[in-house]
Amino acid sequence: MSSRLPKGGRLIDRSAAQEFTFNGKRLRGYAGDTLASALLANDQMLVGRSFKYHRPRGIVASGPEEPNALMNLGQGARLEPNQRATTTELFDGLTAASQNHWPSLEYDVGVLNNYAARFLPAGFYYKTFIHPRAFWKHVFEPIIRHSAGLGRAPKDRDADRYEHAYAFCDVLVIGGGIAGLQAALVAAQVGARVWLLEQSPHWGGRAPVDGLEIDGKPAQDWTSATIDTLTRMPNVTLRLRCTGAGVYDHGYVLADERVADHTPGDGRPKQRLWRIRAAKIVTATGAIERPLSFAGNDIPGVMLASTVRDYVVNHAVSPGDRTVIVTNNDDAYRTAIALKTAGLDVPVIIDARASATGALPEAARALGIRVETGRAIAKVKGGKRVTGISLCLQAGEGSVLEDIACDAVAMSGGWSPVVHLWSHCGGKLIWDTDQVCFRPDAAKPPITHDGSAMVIAAGAANGALDDAAILPDARAAGTAAALAAGFAPEQPEEPSVSSAYNYQIESIWVMPQGAGHDLRSKMWLDYQNDVKVSDVQLAAREGYESVEHTKRYTTLGMATDQGKLSNINGLAVLSQALNADIPQVGTTTFRPPYTPVTLGALAGEARGEIFQPLRRTPIHEWHEKTGAYFEPVGQWRRPYCFPNAGETYEQAVHREISNVRENIGLLDASTLGKIIVKGPDAGKFLDMLYTGVMSTLPIGKCRYGLMCSENGFLMDDGVVARIDDQTFLCHTTTGGADRIHAHMEDWLQCEWWDWQVYTANVTEQYAQIAVVGPKARELLENLGGMDVTKEALPFMQWADGSLAGFPVRVYRISFSGELSYEIAVPASHGLTFWQACLDAGEGLGVMPYGTEALHVLRAEKGFIMIGDETDGTVIPQDLGLNWAISKKKSDYLGKRGQERANLTDPDRWTLVGLETLDGSVIPEGAYAVDEGNNPNGQRNVQGRVTSTYHSPTLGRGIAMGLIRRGPQRMGETVEFPKVGGGSVLARIVDPVFFDKNGDQQNV
Amino acid sequence: MSDPHSALGGASFDGFATVRDVGPVGMITLRADAGLAALPEAIATAIGLALPKPRRIVRRGERAIGWMSPDEWLLVMPYSQVSGTLEKLNNALTGQYFLAVDVSDARTVFHISGPLATDVLAKLSPVDLTALAPDELRRTRIAQVACAFWKDDAGYTLVSFRSVAGYVMALLTHSAQPGSELALS
Repeated sequence: MSSRLPKGGRLIDRSAAQEFTFNGKRLRGYAGDTLASALLANDQMLVGRSFKYHRPRGIVASGPEEPNALMNLGQGARLEPNQRATTTELFDGLTAASQNHWPSLEYDVGVLNNYAARFLPAGFYYKTFIHPRAFWKHVFEPIIRHSAGLGRAPKDRDADRYEHAYAFCDVLVIGGGIAGLQAALVAAQVGARVWLLEQSPHWGGRAPVDGLEIDGKPAQDWTSATIDTLTRMPNVTLRLRCTGAGVYDHGYVLADERVADHTPGDGRPKQRLWRIRAAKIVTATGAIERPLSFAGNDIPGVMLASTVRDYVVNHAVSPGDRTVIVTNNDDAYRTAIALKTAGLDVPVIIDARASATGALPEAARALGIRVETGRAIAKVKGGKRVTGISLCLQAGEGSVLEDIACDAVAMSGGWSPVVHLWSHCGGKLIWDTDQVCFRPDAAKPPITHDGSAMVIAAGAANGALDDAAILPDARAAGTAAALAAGFAPEQPEEPSVSSAYNYQIESIWVMPQGAGHDLRSKMWLDYQNDVKVSDVQLAAREGYESVEHTKRYTTLGMATDQGKLSNINGLAVLSQALNADIPQVGTTTFRPPYTPVTLGALAGEARGEIFQPLRRTPIHEWHEKTGAYFEPVGQWRRPYCFPNAGETYEQAVHREISNVRENIGLLDASTLGKIIVKGPDAGKFLDMLYTGVMSTLPIGKCRYGLMCSENGFLMDDGVVARIDDQTFLCHTTTGGADRIHAHMEDWLQCEWWDWQVYTANVTEQYAQIAVVGPKARELLENLGGMDVTKEALPFMQWADGSLAGFPVRVYRISFSGELSYEIAVPASHGLTFWQACLDAGEGLGVMPYGTEALHVLRAEKGFIMIGDETDGTVIPQDLGLNWAISKKKSDYLGKRGQERANLTDPDRWTLVGLETLDGSVIPEGAYAVDEGNNPNGQRNVQGRVTSTYHSPTLGRGIAMGLIRRGPQRMGETVEFPKVGGGSVLARIVDPVFFDKNGDQQNV
Repeated sequence: MSDPHSALGGASFDGFATVRDVGPVGMITLRADAGLAALPEAIATAIGLALPKPRRIVRRGERAIGWMSPDEWLLVMPYSQVSGTLEKLNNALTGQYFLAVDVSDARTVFHISGPLATDVLAKLSPVDLTALAPDELRRTRIAQVACAFWKDDAGYTLVSFRSVAGYVMALLTHSAQPGSELALS
């Protein structure tokens, strides 16, 4: 059983005990523990179940590569699924629960899959698609859906805060082991702005655990001294708990800083996503140890050899009294020595190589440890924990030579440099035959804007796996990075690792080499997704030669750990099955992020109130206080209506409409776009932009205009006012303000750059209030200060002046068919002017009205609305707006487009009014059906509704729609089927339903 | 007529830095060709300042002129001086090809102050603030909306559009929360 050793543990503080719970069980650990080390200290070997077969799973690793120990961490609003116990810092009150089992971790019904494993082979999911067809929908899909997913999805709103931050540096060093420290130091000493990131809470990486000495002193001493130096340098920024997650073009790096993961609820942001722009990136990301493939290598208690010594040295956790070591390289002997030094037993070191004569094996032998070379593990014994192993010949088929009882197995299949960040932007790899690993190919780095290398790998991440090679390699990387970033490096002092250890390994992947199917089907490659050696071999037999296809077919490397342990072993097995060399088979693509980044960190501050910008008019506050019901219009919120107590929205809308027609309504029209266009060529410019003629508009007058895209389609409309000889003010739709301003600048800057025209978007400079209704003039007269009579200010004119002391520009324009003034005041007076209007209208029946009343009022008058009557495929001619298209002009944007055959087709759907025979309202979006069916068996159509409302003015349903040859078919009846059956019949009529002569507005 | 109201009515937040709505500030957008001969004198007459170099702002007291683009400047002055300044500009440039408009009410001006003011902006704008020149006018974005800012003795002055003032204030408040200091040095 695993337990806490009585002394030692370089990272734990035995004076600071911390309580936590695992599956409801109260356990204790120490400050400095990870959740994984604390679980092991409490003999919790079994920590989870695998995804497919629900096999018992224990802790395998001690870092982010851990595939098994995934936890639901926290509760309620702080629940997080799939958190790796190995990278979770222990804190007092931590709650963890294991995943993927039912009803409990110890007794899991899903383990039945294990016994049915022969029916769940590689490519099982794909095979279920094929036959029998009905099985997918009714059998497999429900089962797979039920069993899919590891952790529980949080149901509550996340209680924590997240944020982003931007950083810039000359040299970004990712990885705070001795290589990263060395590279950062070299670059910092010559003045480069350096950032150094380390994913764990500690500097120094593996070196202190592995017993490296630098300049004759323990690696920890050198680490502390170097950090001390770096901390005091103003050009260096150090970040612990900060993972370099992704490398992108032009030196852009995402890094995830876990600010308060280990101190939940202390008010700090839980995580911070750094968005770093670096001139050069040094990846000092170390290496990850590989498992070996032998039968039963997934039984809890089988761990990576480095992991075992991590827990012994860092946390004083014993994996068990007796640990068998199994290896194909020298490095694993360090674990044997560490265990022995801690007073634990190592019954045997099983070395698959024919001989082991390096310094480390000799040191192990000198300690009296039994070393068996040329041997292998035939199988591991045990269920929920290791009880022993069977020894066999590596060269044979697995005949048992000897059974050896043990509590744990420490395995090492060699080391793989962490090349992920090197590879994210296209850095290439080479296969290192001597060291049996892929490492960065310095000749083919990811390149940046100037063709130079963007990333430089350092230390073990660069394949410098010999102890003595690490620091020189890192120095070279730091120097190269600083030089490339424009700094002249000096010759730095040269600390060196005083270890004679050289990394020696043989290319051995499967043990024993002649294992039969029964053993191979118990050799796990991917622990989380349950991919075995036999699965990859089956895929090869079934024709999956590409590693990318094999990955997807078997799900190898597709789990939350993204194959950090399994990929290289898997492709080695695949290459053997294909009888090809490993470099020929190649790796799958490394994609960001290196480790999962939570959605909260990606969202940053963008949630809740600031999920996205909300635009408010100067009068917005009044609308909110009045209880307006809002609708989104672009990023604005506009009042849809202002319901009184007890009123439905529909009732409110009808009241508002009637009040406008009978008395007076106020509309907040501030959102309408207002663009100043000025210059000697302003008239010529607007003549090109609008379909009508604007250059002839007299000063003081207004004209309605249509704007089309080059293709001829209607894109915006609005009223243009001539301010002076060279100045126009163009109103746009609410949603069109920014778009049309950009459209204008586009044409001015890219096409007509020699025309003298300046534009300015002054939309937000003004609050604009529409005073609408038969009593509108009375209200303005009550405000006082301007002559607003018909004679002084006729329809379609504007005037500057003052109302109630406010500086105003009054436009006599109408979108409702009523007497109407739109009054612009500076935004900072908008709210008080609105209030003044309400006060002046008291006794006249003044009421605010919203966008829905606005829509119905304009529909009663047959006025089109951009976005209702238009959808990007409609030209002005479709809408009967030929009167607003100049016939005299030689050109305007869209003119040529509108001459294309498709747009001049007399059969085009054209705007008409629709009057329902029974007075009801046609459903929105309804189509007018025609005789017969199309080739797809669908009913033919001859038109559609574009706007449809109940008109309280007329007391009936009215609509506008586009109908084939509509205007020529006045009086005909068309049919609009309804969703859920039945139809509405409507008569084609003139779209102007109300006050066809315009008597109401022209008073 | 009442006093002008800024979008946030002078709201402020005290976090690890102080963020506040400065209130109404006079602003004029001037568009003209940088090579327009009459321009320097017109600017001098109108606001008493020299034309800034690209990406720079020239400031004196409550007045300033910033370079916004190759043919656009932002003139800053007390709110009450806008109409007078506009009149001077229009007179000085009569007959020239230019555009000068009052945009005071289309904007909201914030001030971010305190020793850690830089941290507040470093979380929201993709700008290398350590490389920001003392007289630099930086046009950029703050989270999802456009902004411009410059450094002064006490921190940063930031200009955004008026309609998103509430959004920007909430961003700055989020960013300045105590406990979220970036601790960069």
